Amino acid sequence: MSGLRSKHLLGLEGMTAEEINLILDTAASFKEISERPVKKVPALRGKTVVNLFFEVSTRTRASFELAEKRLSADTVNISKAGSSVAKGESLRDTAENLQAMKIDVIVIRHGSAGAPHFLASILDASIVNAGDGSHEHPTQGLLDMFTLREKLGGIEGKRVTIIGDIAHSRVARSNIFGLVTLGAHVTVCGPPTMIPPRIEELGVRVETDLNRAIGEADAVNVLRIQLERQKVNLFPSLAEYAVVYGINRERLAAMKPGSIVMHPGPINRGVEITQEVADGDRAVILEQVTNGVAVRMAVLYLLCEGGSKDKSPSIEDVVGEKSDSRVN
Amino acid sequence: MRDLSRWQGEREYVISNVIVVDPSRGRTMKGHVGVADSKIDFVEPGEPSAKDAQVFDGGGLHLSPGFVDIHVHLREPGFEYKETIRTGAMAAVAGGFTSVACMPNTDPPIDEKSVVEFILRRAKAAGFAKVYPVAAATKGRKGEVLGEYYDLVDAGAVAVSDDGAPVPTAQMARRVMEYASKYGIPFIEHCEDPSATADGVMHEGLYSTKLGLSGVPSYSEEVCLARDLLILKTIPAKYHAAHLSSRGSVDLVRDAKKKGLPVTAETAPHYLYFSDADLQTFDTNLRINPPIRGEEDREALFAGLKDGTIDCIASDHAPHAPQEKQVEFDQAPSGAIGLETTFSVLITTLVRPGRANLAEALSLITHRPARVLGIPAGTLERGAPADFALFDPDEEWVVERNGFYSKSNNSPFIGRTLFGKVKHTVVDGELVTLRLQRAADR
Repeated sequence: MSGLRSKHLLGLEGMTAEEINLILDTAASFKEISERPVKKVPALRGKTVVNLFFEVSTRTRASFELAEKRLSADTVNISKAGSSVAKGESLRDTAENLQAMKIDVIVIRHGSAGAPHFLASILDASIVNAGDGSHEHPTQGLLDMFTLREKLGGIEGKRVTIIGDIAHSRVARSNIFGLVTLGAHVTVCGPPTMIPPRIEELGVRVETDLNRAIGEADAVNVLRIQLERQKVNLFPSLAEYAVVYGINRERLAAMKPGSIVMHPGPINRGVEITQEVADGDRAVILEQVTNGVAVRMAVLYLLCEGGSKDKSPSIEDVVGEKSDSRVN
Repeated sequence: MRDLSRWQGEREYVISNVIVVDPSRGRTMKGHVGVADSKIDFVEPGEPSAKDAQVFDGGGLHLSPGFVDIHVHLREPGFEYKETIRTGAMAAVAGGFTSVACMPNTDPPIDEKSVVEFILRRAKAAGFAKVYPVAAATKGRKGEVLGEYYDLVDAGAVAVSDDGAPVPTAQMARRVMEYASKYGIPFIEHCEDPSATADGVMHEGLYSTKLGLSGVPSYSEEVCLARDLLILKTIPAKYHAAHLSSRGSVDLVRDAKKKGLPVTAETAPHYLYFSDADLQTFDTNLRINPPIRGEEDREALFAGLKDGTIDCIASDHAPHAPQEKQVEFDQAPSGAIGLETTFSVLITTLVRPGRANLAEALSLITHRPARVLGIPAGTLERGAPADFALFDPDEEWVVERNGFYSKSNNSPFIGRTLFGKVKHTVVDGELVTLRLQRAADR
């Protein structure tokens, strides 16, 4: 069996190992395109993708837009500011109006968990979750796994520690769902106030002591600590957080040789990670970003190729256009 | 003998060929019921005698006292776009409810005599279910100043509550209980600690963790309930805990009853049917306050019903307009309608799986809630108001989005199959279900 079971990508929870590996394998093919001088293939030519971003974003948004354009899709970008959402138009009306323009895919980032699921229940278009509240950020989880696979040679049996505000992190959740499915040993680490209840039932180890959490890790994924969380008493100060949970030179030195440091961005330099570590050679943060475009190309390709589910990407699609007299 | 649907305003008549179930008198039998001048004249086994005047064929249906729902939101005055007293009273009789108590979180709130009188007037004009107003415990439901209970009870209020919100402090809860006790009315508490609820939108547990939604811990409800029960130890008053949702709350009430405290408690049908795992669809009709909790809480509620810790079932019927509910989960207002599905949910979750027999289940929506509020309902004894429900406990039906008499359709049961259907409802001897017009058809 090949192809994805759903026409949406709403989350990594419930996705099979086969599906995840299909996306990662497809991404490996697409990564090469971004190395070429002409970074374009016709795979999604004629398809229309709307990027509907209700939350600010640098990486994810540019990454999706580039993925779409490199696949030759037509793209439309709508953000909350500057749209009629400012006039009070509901999410439902926004989406239905866009669908009336006959679009194929909506990539949505929204502050409310379940917003993509809501759209999937009322629209015909394929919905791609670019981050819904604290729930999931499946393409981030996928690009993190792609990076791990590339740097560590695989995922099964590898020890991955996720550090930070686990309770409010969609990156943590998607990583947990995907990594556990692929057989990694996942540890979550953070102050007790940021560890959600019963998370060990998702198949992870909970460790509030940073040294014990990272001692045997093959990779640590460092989450951004949000200043707003301080205001609701989840931790007393950034300074204390940095001392107790920050990844600095000493902590890095205590980790296994060959282990890597990841971060979804944006970085709070000096808080969860020091400048030195972020810029150092054990950190793979910018490679994650490169991989993000390839992973998103793979996702869009697989979701749009609904009619040819038993074809893996054809060589023509991946390698690019041959000279074609019909195209002008 | 004519079919019951041919009733045309007769004031004195007999319904025959029914299985009469009167849990208030421990009676179930095949027989007939006589009505005279809006009151029950007789309830007797077997066939009616030949000289009985107007006889209608009850079609083999079950006949019980009309149901009593002591916790509904009728939204009028102030929120008529969600529901009106008339449409709410229609939804009530469609579900077999002949008496309902409405909560005071209207606009203006039910904190003065004129609003009580308004509600009673509208209910009477509608002529469907009887409506008993619950007045606000504090002025404006703000939790700062006691309401004028004498005036409110004199006008017709049957209890006080700030429902939608708890009374905010121990001191205020004490004063409410003390003052309400003078008038013999119960204080109904919506148990919640708002600081513990914070921005929570569902039960705090495994599923809030999985879904990345802010959770409401069980102790939010329990902390408030425990506070009130400690006060109740020193202040003699009638205390009723609304919509219990958690195992801890059931334990607190059980303990309090063992100590002889004058506490009663209710739970709602959605807490018996669903658990927090069901929120994985992000269905906003499952966003309710207090939230639908875990399996262990659900089991505790069943146990509480069985051993009498929980006295009755109340729907907490909370209409919201479609445009309010068809939004992102954390933007949706809390609440679900329930008048038209409550009876069927009880059949489906209690009777069919053998957790209770029919009479036990019916007692939870007839004489027991009536007793909590002290209203004349829930019984078929001679001289009682002729309020009854005729139903088929075995009928299987699918809840449809457009099938409600309520103005709103925010029901989590849409698309679900339920058992048990009310076929006719009689209020003061009038077969009111004949007058129902579909909300969708109006």
